[in-house]
Amino acid sequence: MSFIRLDHLRKTFGANTVVHDFDLGIERGAFLSLLGPSGCGKTTALRMLAGFEKASAGRILIDGTDVTDLPPAKRNVGMVFQAYALFPNMTVAENIAFGLKVAGKPASGIAGRVTEMLALIKLPDLGKRYPYQLSGGQQQRVALARALAVHPQVLLLDEPLSALDAKIRVSLREEIRAVQRALGITTVFVTHDQEEALSISDTIVVMNDGRVEQVGTPFDIYNRPKSRFVANFVGTLSTFNARIAESGKDILLLDGQPVIAPDLAARPAGTTLGIALRPEAFSLGESGPNRLSGTIGEVTFLGSIVRLRIQLAEQTFSMDTFNQPSQRPPAVGDKISVSFAPTDMLLLE
Amino acid sequence: MNRPRLQSWIVMGLASLYFLVPLIATFEFSLRLKRGEYSFEAYRIVFADARFQESFLFSASLAVATIVLLTLLVVPTAYWVQLRLPKLRPLVEFITLLPLVIPAIVLVFGYLNLYSSASWLPLTATPMATNILLTCGYCTLALPYMYRSVDTGLRAIDVRTLTEAAESLGAGWATILFRVILPNLTSAILSGAFLTFAVVIGEFTIASLLNRPAFGPYLQLVGANRAYEPAALAIIAFLVTWACMGLIQLIGAARTRAMTAPVEIP
Ligand SMILES: Nc1ncnc2c1ncn2[C@@H]1O[C@H](COP(=O)(O)OP(=O)(O)OP(=O)(O)O)[C@@H](O)[C@H]1O
Ligand SMILES: [Mg+2]
Repeated sequence: MSFIRLDHLRKTFGANTVVHDFDLGIERGAFLSLLGPSGCGKTTALRMLAGFEKASAGRILIDGTDVTDLPPAKRNVGMVFQAYALFPNMTVAENIAFGLKVAGKPASGIAGRVTEMLALIKLPDLGKRYPYQLSGGQQQRVALARALAVHPQVLLLDEPLSALDAKIRVSLREEIRAVQRALGITTVFVTHDQEEALSISDTIVVMNDGRVEQVGTPFDIYNRPKSRFVANFVGTLSTFNARIAESGKDILLLDGQPVIAPDLAARPAGTTLGIALRPEAFSLGESGPNRLSGTIGEVTFLGSIVRLRIQLAEQTFSMDTFNQPSQRPPAVGDKISVSFAPTDMLLLE
Repeated sequence: MNRPRLQSWIVMGLASLYFLVPLIATFEFSLRLKRGEYSFEAYRIVFADARFQESFLFSASLAVATIVLLTLLVVPTAYWVQLRLPKLRPLVEFITLLPLVIPAIVLVFGYLNLYSSASWLPLTATPMATNILLTCGYCTLALPYMYRSVDTGLRAIDVRTLTEAAESLGAGWATILFRVILPNLTSAILSGAFLTFAVVIGEFTIASLLNRPAFGPYLQLVGANRAYEPAALAIIAFLVTWACMGLIQLIGAARTRAMTAPVEIP
């Protein structure tokens, strides 16, 4: 049985339903991300779990206990906010100690726990600083320590990294993951950044318009998207219109060039189908079973990767190649042949 | 100097004259108690007057009581409105502005009617009860100033997220209010408090009609019977008010400095 069970949750603001029938189980110790575009209801779902919003319907169970009607203070859930939300009138140590003091823990125990938490977030000497004397990344680490100091059952983070600059964002997300692993705490992480979600999570829940689109491991979400929305939202994708060449055979025509497709389930000849391919599905040369020839329309140098925009008769697509310093880079106007495996092809409905 | 600059200096100069000339004239007059020389004799007389000390002390004590009561009333209200009832904000703002619109005389006649010794809550029956009533009246008069200060202070901090952070750490509403919200409002409350102090010290109508020995009625009494001492008192009252204003500025500046103090961030 799952450690956290969100049982058909719904949230309505007035006439506006922003979370529909949200049903999810989260295993103990898992790191789960809610991923989706702005306004899709990630924060609302998280806030229902934290107790800041009352679910309009459905139940929430944590470790077998129904917490649906408990106030946030009684749920034993740690929360980290996008805006840090450290108490400005308290020092770092006082911030971390706050939850323990509220719980009436003895002073000696509190001091020990604060030292422990400061070491955990690698800021052992900053206990006496005030929040305004810290950088954004340091403030967010303190907020993490403050949330964890009280031994919560669940850690919730609502876009904790989006106010930070790119470098810190990456290093801090690795740190959050390391701390989460070390403590084995069940964690729900909200983000609209797909790279962040892919790199940090055990499980990703892709949300769209208040609904769960797909739940899966980062590998599954990326490689086996179940819907057009997931395919488009996670990673880059080139979409094509292809025509079925002959009924009963799994062959498609892509701007006139034949390619083998996965099972087309005996659709009639002449039907137009949407298919999609990731830029990394292609390789240069004619080694694979499916080949396409075209002209390079655009070259984007991304460092270790060079992204090519390739023009077929009517449609274009993107492919990634590795940067090779010793070779002449591909140039606009070059003729090019690429190949890909039929299994990398996603059929879109 | 270009023309717009010159014009603004002229306006500025005229405005200063408008405020300063009466003040200087009053001050000059207050020094002329002794024939033929300038002296602080009027001030000496005022300060030596037992009624001055008593009435000032009385008003100052009531001012402190007013500030405490008003803080306990306004901070939770403004906090609650900001957090849970933002739609009610225009209404609450309107209500807090009413004391500026309704003359104090109307208020005090209302009080006298409601709380006369014949009523079910005879707050005018004993001096102590009347002091309480007077304090409540002062709270009403100072409400616009205190509410505005506190509301501005609350807008400067992220009330909602701070509250939620404290809630998720297990804090109840009293802990949140007294340990998280109030400490972050000290400068806002202090500026409200000094304005309240200035209002209470100078208040005449309510104190006079409730027949309490406050500073305002004393000022009026002296003003009606003496020549030079009222001028001295006016200057003193003016200085007290300005000292309050100065303190507000100082606290504001100190707070700004503290919040923006440069620190080395490794
Ligand atoms: N208190 C509220 N009252 C009314 N509508 C709300 C309220 N809170 C959120 N909404 C609406 O619910 C929808 C989902 O909001 P939510 O904050 O959960 O989105 P999100 O996925 O977290 O987006 P973002 O990535 O921008 O943070 C939005 O359309 C928002 O306008
Ligand atoms: Mg959000």
